[in-house]
Amino acid sequence: MQAANTNASETAVSGEHDYVTVFVGDAMFGLAIERVHDVFMPSGVTTVPLAPREIVGLINLRGRVVTALCLRRRLGLPDREPGAACMAIGLEQGSETFALVTDGVGEVLKLGAETCEPVPINLDARWRDLASAVHRLDGRLLVILDITALLAFGEAIAA
Amino acid sequence: MDDLLREFLTESAEHLDTVDAELVKFEQDPNNQVILRNIFRLVHTIKGTCGFLGLPRLETLAHAAENLMGRFRDGFPVSSASVTLILATLDRLKAILADLEAGGTEPAGSDADLIEALDAMSQMPAEAAAPAPAAAPLVVQALERELKPGEVSLEDLERAFMEAEGPDDLPPLPPLPAIPEAPASVAAATPAPVAPAPVVEKAPESKPVEMTAEAAEAAQKNRTIRVNVETLEHLMTMVSELVLTRNQLLEIARRHEDTSYKVPLQRLSHVTAELQDGVMKTRMQPIGNAWQKLPRVVRDLSSELSKGIELVMVGAETELDRQVLELIKDPLTHMVRNSADHGIESTVERIRAGKPAGGTIRLSAYHEGGTISIEIADDGRGLDLAAIRRKAVDRGIATQADLERMSDSDVAKFIFHAGFSTAAVVTSVSGRGVGMDVVKTNIESIGGMIDIATQRGQGTTFTIKIPLTLAIISALIVESVGQRYAVPQIAVRELVRIEAEGTNRVERINGAPVMRLRERLLPITSLASLMDGDMASASSDAPVSGFVVVAQVGRQRFGILVDEVFHTEEIVVKPMSSKLRHIPLFAGNTILGDGAVVLIVDPNGIARKVGQGVASGDAADQTDEAGEAALDKATLLVFKGGGSFKAVPLSLVTRIEEIDAGKIEWLAGRPLIQYRGKLMPLVPADPAIEIRSQGSQALVVFSDGDRAMGLVVDEIVDIVEDHLDVEIVADRSDLIGSAVLRGRATDIVDVSHFLPLAYDDWARGPRTPKAKNPTLLLVDDSAFFRNLLTPVLKAAGYEVATAASAEDALRLLKSDATISVVVADLEMPGRTGFDLVAAMRKGGGRLGDLPVIALSGQIGPESITKARALSISDLVAKFDRSGLVAALGELNTTPLDQAA
Repeated sequence: MQAANTNASETAVSGEHDYVTVFVGDAMFGLAIERVHDVFMPSGVTTVPLAPREIVGLINLRGRVVTALCLRRRLGLPDREPGAACMAIGLEQGSETFALVTDGVGEVLKLGAETCEPVPINLDARWRDLASAVHRLDGRLLVILDITALLAFGEAIAA
Repeated sequence: MDDLLREFLTESAEHLDTVDAELVKFEQDPNNQVILRNIFRLVHTIKGTCGFLGLPRLETLAHAAENLMGRFRDGFPVSSASVTLILATLDRLKAILADLEAGGTEPAGSDADLIEALDAMSQMPAEAAAPAPAAAPLVVQALERELKPGEVSLEDLERAFMEAEGPDDLPPLPPLPAIPEAPASVAAATPAPVAPAPVVEKAPESKPVEMTAEAAEAAQKNRTIRVNVETLEHLMTMVSELVLTRNQLLEIARRHEDTSYKVPLQRLSHVTAELQDGVMKTRMQPIGNAWQKLPRVVRDLSSELSKGIELVMVGAETELDRQVLELIKDPLTHMVRNSADHGIESTVERIRAGKPAGGTIRLSAYHEGGTISIEIADDGRGLDLAAIRRKAVDRGIATQADLERMSDSDVAKFIFHAGFSTAAVVTSVSGRGVGMDVVKTNIESIGGMIDIATQRGQGTTFTIKIPLTLAIISALIVESVGQRYAVPQIAVRELVRIEAEGTNRVERINGAPVMRLRERLLPITSLASLMDGDMASASSDAPVSGFVVVAQVGRQRFGILVDEVFHTEEIVVKPMSSKLRHIPLFAGNTILGDGAVVLIVDPNGIARKVGQGVASGDAADQTDEAGEAALDKATLLVFKGGGSFKAVPLSLVTRIEEIDAGKIEWLAGRPLIQYRGKLMPLVPADPAIEIRSQGSQALVVFSDGDRAMGLVVDEIVDIVEDHLDVEIVADRSDLIGSAVLRGRATDIVDVSHFLPLAYDDWARGPRTPKAKNPTLLLVDDSAFFRNLLTPVLKAAGYEVATAASAEDALRLLKSDATISVVVADLEMPGRTGFDLVAAMRKGGGRLGDLPVIALSGQIGPESITKARALSISDLVAKFDRSGLVAALGELNTTPLDQAA
């Protein structure tokens, strides 16, 4: 929670920020570009029995074992159709690498404070915990996801 | 300064450990000048550095110790007392250093006590003249060659050094490496107040001279460097990655027939292997590092217990992975301590036994394949296996039958059983104190094994086998439900191919798969069902093909059913993600040659899971309880039902009937039959049993008073008298467990499950309303008997409370005033039934007069007398249900009324 707050203030205070946009269903989300290490097509996922629901499995990403985590499940959305296209974002937290599996990855947007809004209070609690801000874009809204909060689930909550 | 201080702390700690070990050596071999010089130099270094860093307390203390050692060097006789004193001083130094490390400053306090004692000892007149025959010439010669005419004795030098207080006056010294030498160079400057410059100049000269004897060693030292552990770890990770990439390349090359790749690839492969070897070597440390503290430990124990103990260490140079080394350090110390404390007899005892007065503990290490073996052998009294057997039975860890089958070394392993060694009886009889279970756990946690060989009066040898490294292990690659897993080879005993028919087939007891392996029943768990997280499911469809990986963890043996077994592969263990670390089934993951990520199965985790397939609650105790039940020979009625053999204690059975199936009537969906003029409900013994509509139907009739129930079975097979050795405890409420009866896997049916099915109110209460509904306390350590007797007692019109031990019983008795009768098992581990009754009687009051019926496996005249003395109302054989009911009936008319 604390991490979410600092993240929010960070984006609000300093001027422009780059965000990698990702899609899940109809929604568009932004991820701070500094935290994004990779964009790749997940393949050869090894499922981990008994794992938390959010975890899809383990992926070999150029010789590193990364833990793949499904953004849909994390957001409490239904799973995508089997066989539907997906893309993964490589994120690093501590000494570990995670892969965030999304429906697709869009362009990188440079956004300033003028379009930034705090997270509406009527948002679903789950989303509210994961979002740090919302940007008003032309014709649609971009929800900025707090990566630290995104990765804080399951047994061990990363400090 | 901070960095300096840190460096100093690390170095001093190492030095002090070395001094510890060397001193003990020195005590045994006081003429060894090499050792003495070593010690002297190390303490000297510490002292010098302390002075330099401005740590006066450490400096004065080290100085006093050094003075005494200087006397040794001059030929002062070495006594045990003086060594003890120096060791005590070293301990104090360590304590101060620890404080220094924690607080950054020297702690306040005085060491006057030690300094005085040290000074007193160094002042003691020695009969020998100052210059010791061996040491003096060397030193004198050295000094002569280097210095002015007036040669000085070392002691004078030291005094001079002491007076030359204020090493701070020294000009800025070159950084770290020079520091240890700096004080030595000061020492060389005889006249106290010297200008700094010449001192420093002299330093290089005096160093080689003073160190002539250690020249080789010094040279050795210069060839080593300190490297941050993290750097090495990182290097290791990188090499692991390289190995994986290499494996992937090889895999690709195998698929493509392009030979132009082959040669460079081979070269790459070769280089990678060598690199891997090299990096592994950097992680290797001699096991001697873990042994360093041991001579001191043994020496202290030896004087504390006043018995002579010699510690022999062989193979200290044997190398193993740093990480492993850290992990075995404490277990090893513990075991050596144990050997010294309990293994070696007292001197008197040894002499009486015709052994040398001093005991020997031999510690040896050697490589063997991919593992390192460490032996801790003592020539002491050996383990008292008879006492261990007794204790194992008493504590209900094993049955007599089990013990008979066990080898001595297996019996000895009971000392690793948690809590076993704490028991007073074994500790006093056979020794091996507390904490051996922890030792074993630690060793097993790094994939090691521990074995015991012991011979009464000859000694005990513990053999520990541990993998050389934890980073790369050999693993068996298996497949289950289309996914591959790696099983560490160290846990794998053998592989068995499953056949649909024949000896190697999987049999099922209430769905739980088992297999016969060399006349023993092997519980099997399928990897698929483990991964489902549901042990009970996935069991209905019998596997017709596949493999069973027979694994052993500690004393637990079990089979893991997999679909396919591939090959053995060296894998690099990667830790599980922090998000997945809580899953006990996995030890980590790895990338195989084909690039796939594969989970490494943790045999320890599976072993625990296999044990947990058990009912609920006290899962850990279940096997033990099952074992206890086996102490009694039971007569069992065996029948067939639902495709498997089932059995029920014959004592509970009223009669066996073969009825005409046409006579079965259905009333409100329930099958009934007219039986002896009454309607008797029928209950199938297994959901899979179909009640026949024609022909004859076999029934097992249970009755109580004027009620009866028919258990529908497929076929009555046999009556068997056998040890009821419940091996696997099922997780269904209608079964108590399963056992091998006459070589067949058989379910033991829990009758208490069926009684309420027949009569809703049977289990709940008495059918003949009584004025009062007395509460009965059933005390039995075995869940088996508690389950067996509870419905019987309830049927007899009692509210039943149960307790698993005398302690529980007493607690319940005190808190629940409604209990009006106690039925207690006499044979219980810990406090027996007699103890319980004695405690009740002693307490007086309500408990003093409470009627007690005792249950006993064997009723002899002795127990009858004892029972009478404790005014136990009746003594009933354990399986005698009607006897128990009758005894309770008698109570109701006589003593209970009085009490009420």
